[in-house]
Amino acid sequence: MFEDLLYVLGKYDSWLWNGFLLTLQLLVIAVFFGTLLAIPLAVARSSKKVWVQAFPFAFIYFFRGTPLIAQLFMMYYGVGQLVANIDGIQDHWTWTYLRDPYWYCLLTFILNTAAYIAEIMRGGIQNVPSGEVEAARACGMTPFTTYRRIIFPRMWQMIWPAYTNDVIFTLKATSLASTVTMMELTGAARKIVARTALPYEAFISAGVIYLIIVYFLTFGFKGIERYLRRSERRKDANKIVVTSPAGP
Amino acid sequence: MFDLYGRGWQMLEGGLVTVQLCLTVLPFMILIGLLGASAKLSKYRTLRIIGESYTVLIRGIPELLVILLIYFGGTIAVQNIAELISGEETRVDIPAFWSGVAALALVQGAFASEVFRAAMQSIPLGQIEAATACGMTPRQIFVRIKLPQLWRFALPGLNNLFQVLIKDTALISVVGVEEIMRKAAIGAGTEKAPFTFYLVAMLMFLAFTTVSLLVFNHLEKRAARGIARG
Repeated sequence: MFEDLLYVLGKYDSWLWNGFLLTLQLLVIAVFFGTLLAIPLAVARSSKKVWVQAFPFAFIYFFRGTPLIAQLFMMYYGVGQLVANIDGIQDHWTWTYLRDPYWYCLLTFILNTAAYIAEIMRGGIQNVPSGEVEAARACGMTPFTTYRRIIFPRMWQMIWPAYTNDVIFTLKATSLASTVTMMELTGAARKIVARTALPYEAFISAGVIYLIIVYFLTFGFKGIERYLRRSERRKDANKIVVTSPAGP
Repeated sequence: MFDLYGRGWQMLEGGLVTVQLCLTVLPFMILIGLLGASAKLSKYRTLRIIGESYTVLIRGIPELLVILLIYFGGTIAVQNIAELISGEETRVDIPAFWSGVAALALVQGAFASEVFRAAMQSIPLGQIEAATACGMTPRQIFVRIKLPQLWRFALPGLNNLFQVLIKDTALISVVGVEEIMRKAAIGAGTEKAPFTFYLVAMLMFLAFTTVSLLVFNHLEKRAARGIARG
């Protein structure tokens, strides 16, 4: 049992290491751009005008209501085929990128994460006490300034625990990249199993690496949470927390 | 268009398997969730540690990895046990359906145990004390006081979990169970029409999650009847 584990770790350590790096890369890019995209979505979603709300509502509903693996296959095989059918595209210099699963994975993860984060942010924006928003207006702040100086800082305070949860869900979601031949952590483990027929050793090694990532993520995000709530420590009143919606 | 190159029926069959998967996992998920929640709230330290580490482990590991581990690892484990018992070389195959059910129940059970733990803690302490004062045994308190109210407190959480469960069943297509995604992949491959088939698969999932949402919302309203809104 232990000899097998050492054998796997010794012989395939570079696969696991590269898988680890790719997983981190997918996670960081997906969360960064997903958050950027989520901000306008969440703002539009909390609008009172139906025609402004409609698109973000449909976007969020669609991406939260369907499995990520279906979205990924749709993007990689479905959209990928539409792209491949364009005349002359296969001789074009962009073709090397257009057939690479990496970009399809990233795009899917970004859109999916954006939908989940936008829903969390909507809850945060709507829970900002209306007195604070009215006070900002009374001080003569424009809507933009109100968002920048009052609503967003308040929102981040409230949604941070749910946001942390969502980052961890995105980390777990990156494992799906292995279904479109990407060699991230799960993909590397699957390939090791195919080579060695040692499922326990390979999958458990990958699982332990995921747990280590989660541990450090939780640790770091707790620190940021303490920073975001620095003004509350003295009063320890008005703690409002938005509960986390279900993950992907 | 609607017969999907003559594969419309196959997609519907896949939909049936997805529904079967969800409904088979549901009771196991609730059972594991209740056991896990009781372990976490137990007065014995060992049980509490087991309950907590179970959730921490599952929370950090991707569902896909758990499914693969149980599918590939489970076969070897059962095979070894069978060889120990019979004493001769045997070949055992666990059906992909059941290894998928086991994996999903294990994953969703961990999240359900958090939901039930929170629900158990929402029950006012005074009620438990009153029941103890009436001379009820811990089991009677659980069956008569806790369980009927647990339902109401746990429903919003279970609503979320069931949504996740429906979406997670799509992952079992990776080990070859012929549910919606697998059928769609077969159709997409043979008919060379991935866009159409995956779109249909997504719409089917969207329909399932929507129906589940409506049913749970109705149940939540029903469970809250007779409770003063405040």
